[in-house]
Amino acid sequence: MAIVAQHSKFSKIAMPVLAWVVALIFFFPIFYMLLTSFKTDADAVKPEFLFSFTPTLENYTNMTDNYDYWRFASNSVITSVSATIFALVVGVPCAYAMAFDPSRGTKDILMWMLSTKMLPAAAVLYPMIFLTKSIGLFDTHFLVIMVLSLINLPIVIWMLFTYFKDIPKDIIEAGKMDGLNTWGEIKEILIPLAWGGIASTALLTFIFCWNEAYWTVRLTTIDAATLSKLIEGNRAPEGLFFGRLSAVSTAAVGPIVVLGWFCQKQLVQGLTFGAVK
Amino acid sequence: MGRIVLENVSKSFGDTQVIPPLSLTIEDGEFAVFVGPSGCGKSTLLRLIAGLEEVSGGSIVIDGTEVADVPPAKRGLAMVFQSYALYPHMTVRKNIAFPLRMAKMTQSDIDARVNQAASVLNLNDYLERKPGQLSGGQRQRVAIGRAIVREPSAFLFDEPLSNLDAALRVGMRMEILELHNKLETTMIYVTHDQVEAMTMANKIVVLRAGVIEQVGSPLELYRSPRNKFVASFIGSPKMNIFEGDEAKKHNAHSIGIRPEHIDVVKSNGEWQGTVGVAEHLGSDTFFHIHNTGLSEILTVRAIGDVNLRNGDTIHLNPRADDFHRFDEKGLRIT
Repeated sequence: MAIVAQHSKFSKIAMPVLAWVVALIFFFPIFYMLLTSFKTDADAVKPEFLFSFTPTLENYTNMTDNYDYWRFASNSVITSVSATIFALVVGVPCAYAMAFDPSRGTKDILMWMLSTKMLPAAAVLYPMIFLTKSIGLFDTHFLVIMVLSLINLPIVIWMLFTYFKDIPKDIIEAGKMDGLNTWGEIKEILIPLAWGGIASTALLTFIFCWNEAYWTVRLTTIDAATLSKLIEGNRAPEGLFFGRLSAVSTAAVGPIVVLGWFCQKQLVQGLTFGAVK
Repeated sequence: MGRIVLENVSKSFGDTQVIPPLSLTIEDGEFAVFVGPSGCGKSTLLRLIAGLEEVSGGSIVIDGTEVADVPPAKRGLAMVFQSYALYPHMTVRKNIAFPLRMAKMTQSDIDARVNQAASVLNLNDYLERKPGQLSGGQRQRVAIGRAIVREPSAFLFDEPLSNLDAALRVGMRMEILELHNKLETTMIYVTHDQVEAMTMANKIVVLRAGVIEQVGSPLELYRSPRNKFVASFIGSPKMNIFEGDEAKKHNAHSIGIRPEHIDVVKSNGEWQGTVGVAEHLGSDTFFHIHNTGLSEILTVRAIGDVNLRNGDTIHLNPRADDFHRFDEKGLRIT
């Protein structure tokens, strides 16, 4: 008994401390980025100004005045939102079919979808650039939306499939008996019951799309360039402008951090949404 | 009207044939029970009738219409599932109204039918609740309510009571029977519980491995089982079946006698043995008897409380008219 009591006393104090340490380690780079974004480029590289410096908004004004931040931001919103919607529109019926009317090949198809994520993106970089340029899709919203939704589709389908599998098949069959067609089953039963799961999937996909850099940087120049491209563009050849770069990065991750903060509850709700069994 | 005729209906999943060609007629207004051990194909047969599975061959005719290519909702049938299968995100009222809404009925007609069903099933106080807030018995009533509002030509029940506790099960059994008496609609009921089958059915269909072993009224099956399988499946406790000299005396390969057809006597019984387990229920006593020389364990039902304990010698007289005789293939000899 004594050992157990000691052990629990230890974990009562040590575990939260450990958790805080880990959290701070993870949070520090973001905090550091935020701090640096308010420093001048000159101050940013000087260790003595780590915490004590004269804050300035220069980097932010510079960003909106000279770099057209809002165009990049709106491109990010347009492509991420559209790609998420498109991935769901394709993914929901697909996961529905695999969850409720599986065939012998369903498991293999799911594995195959996952395996597409294992392909190194660099392997298809040149064909992609060459092809998209030759058919005139390079640097278009359409291309970015397609690429973002297709690279996330395997994960969308896997996530939705897992959520849908938890819905008893009987309920879908009861719907069939009551006169629903396939679309009706999805609209009247599946979506309301898996709403939490669909919302978490959508949120996660949106975050993935927003943060995607490999393709958005390489397949765009100006018209469809997203915030990733803006950050990349500030990795200037003349040298590293940490203040400016931090401001751009903060402005790029800001919206997604705020969104994640507000949707925390929704995410948790999505994971605990229970159907009557 | 709800006359259902199956003709050479078969079902295969891939290369496995779960139901070989089978024919069966269920008359309008009948209460038919499909009974058999798990995996005998009874639920599959029900799902074929419902349209939730496609037939691999043969035809299903409901009220003179071939329905093999008709979707489930258009067959005029309503189904009650073992898991109730209520829509958890809708209130009881919306659950019951759902099939009517799908049939595009007017709101006033829907309300009238829902209210009527709710009062038949004592659900008036629960209409605004969600299924999650109801007990098992209430959920089952909602499931039945959702079925009766459609005024189907036949009801299909897939083991509807197996998720309920014993006391509630007996109560719901009576409710379903009363509903059948009131509506006089065809009902097909699937169960693995032979007591449910015996108490509820007009017609019992005993299935084994997708094959119909016998069709008949409960008492027909009890009195003249067509083979050893039906003989031992119907009746509780199970019929005693044994081979050997005793069977030869009756000119049969094996013979069976039900526990209630063996009398316990004080002395000089035709058979005797040692009492193993004695189950004293008050109204009856079940003896499991060893060392009879007939079968390993012989079960006997005595009326009332018979004061014999473990290890006592027991004398028995089987009733000569109540023997069932079977040939080598296990078929009844008449």
